[in-house]
Amino acid sequence: MVLVYIDQADQQIKKSSLEAMSYGAALAKQLGCDLAALVLGTVQDNLADLGKNGAQKVYHIKNESLNTLDVKLHSTLIANAAKNVNATVVVFAHNINGRAIAPAVAVKLEAGLVSGASSLPNTVNGFVVTKTVFSGKAFASIQIETPIKVIAINQNSFGVVAYDSSATVEEMNIPIPAPSIKITKVEKIEGEIPLTEASLVVSGGRGLKGPEHWGILLDLAKSLGASTACSRPVSDSDWRPHHEHVGQTGIQIAPNLYIAIGISGAIQHLAGVNRSKTIVVINKDPEAPFFKAADYGVIGDAFEVVPALTAAILKSKTAN
Amino acid sequence: MKILVCISKTPDTTAKIAFTEGNTKFDENGVQWIINPYDEWYALVKAIELKEKDASTIIHLVTVGTADAEPIIRKALALGGDEAIRVNSNSNDSFYVAKQIAAIAKEGSYELIFTGKETIDYNSASIGSMLSAILDLPFVSLANQLDCNGNLATVRREIEGGEETCEVNLPVVISCQKGMAEQRIPNMRGIMAARTKPLKVVEPSEASATTSIKKFDIPVAKSGVKLVDPANMDELVKLLKEEAKVI
Repeated sequence: MVLVYIDQADQQIKKSSLEAMSYGAALAKQLGCDLAALVLGTVQDNLADLGKNGAQKVYHIKNESLNTLDVKLHSTLIANAAKNVNATVVVFAHNINGRAIAPAVAVKLEAGLVSGASSLPNTVNGFVVTKTVFSGKAFASIQIETPIKVIAINQNSFGVVAYDSSATVEEMNIPIPAPSIKITKVEKIEGEIPLTEASLVVSGGRGLKGPEHWGILLDLAKSLGASTACSRPVSDSDWRPHHEHVGQTGIQIAPNLYIAIGISGAIQHLAGVNRSKTIVVINKDPEAPFFKAADYGVIGDAFEVVPALTAAILKSKTAN
Repeated sequence: MKILVCISKTPDTTAKIAFTEGNTKFDENGVQWIINPYDEWYALVKAIELKEKDASTIIHLVTVGTADAEPIIRKALALGGDEAIRVNSNSNDSFYVAKQIAAIAKEGSYELIFTGKETIDYNSASIGSMLSAILDLPFVSLANQLDCNGNLATVRREIEGGEETCEVNLPVVISCQKGMAEQRIPNMRGIMAARTKPLKVVEPSEASATTSIKKFDIPVAKSGVKLVDPANMDELVKLLKEEAKVI
């Protein structure tokens, strides 16, 4: 059986988990085996709806103490649940929670792990999963040698597939160990789509010359419904909050569209964004290295180009 | 307090990524090796900061690697740390590496075990979590702040859509990221001292790999940037809609 761990934040199922669900559904079909989802904690979503993403069955360990991440607790429960249902493959989303839990689950199941997978396995001769390595500069094909396999699938690399069905939900009663950590304070960034989940991202660099010029970028982001990001020098200078920093030492993202404004495209920045499907670079320096990694480029002054782009987007929206 | 810092050797961030032997091996030709930045800037420097607060703190460094990892571990010793341990083995599988480090950790009875949030070569972000499972310890990932008070650690960590502070009893495994500590460079005194600090080489303990790398591929290069006239943003919108189909 393929078992997909459905992750939550604030009692809501994450988009990345629906991607993992669709990945699991495709994998179960490929292997010709059953498929189930596993949900921990109390969630507001209707779990039967996971059928729309391919689940036939949903196992639910319903307990409020599981709503926040405790790797020791979660990995113990997921491994025990996987053993209960004889799972041969356990799938995670490679998001913050998944990348923390999956390796511990792999140890507990004596399973080989591919963390950051980018495709379905090749099962013609063994079980070989491709993953991104060297910060997106290469792929490695990894053979999992153990009978049980654990895969954490990269965000935005496998689309959510819609199925016309509903899943049966079954509560799983397994003993819940004591928590290993105690949460004392939570600070959420309100009202924004987390960057790692955003499909459209508008990002600014030093070329914007100062925080007071961010208005044009925010207007563009608003016209698209995009999230905002920035380069390292920008967050280091406190022009923008640190959680917006994308790159090697910041966060790595893979949106459908990444628009880079006034960012030269140093290799460390590219390492955080090179898995984006389409990259647009706006820079007045035609020699900016970012143009080599871009799909579309505009050589021009951001202070003129960006408002013009915003206007063109708004115009195209009213035309529809 | 005893701290174990896990150190990995990685190619420099700007190294050319290429492969040899029919794309089955990373091409080390001309590659500059560095301490994995997350291990160095955040994990190791945080351990040093804790020792500066409490001089009785003992810092051990551990790496799993062959003899060519020694310049990296000496550099780490030059930054700080009292002693290093090198497990004399290749490091191709996360589980195998975690088993080796776990064996060292068991012997040393450390209160804090630090890793970087991931290595910049294989990006698996697995060692900390695996270590915690092998050692049956709590694990806090993506920490950006840490205070210790007696047996209690207060850790700030990144979560989906925000940050969270949690309390955990030692011993604990923590993966460190930006914010945890300020980057440093080794000074001459540190470099001199590192020469005589103990670097113990131990043979690997019994463990088998759970995965193996079959081949590498370089992503297909972008076909080249399509330049759009800055005076014609309608054209860019059209391309994004009809050609790229992303908006």
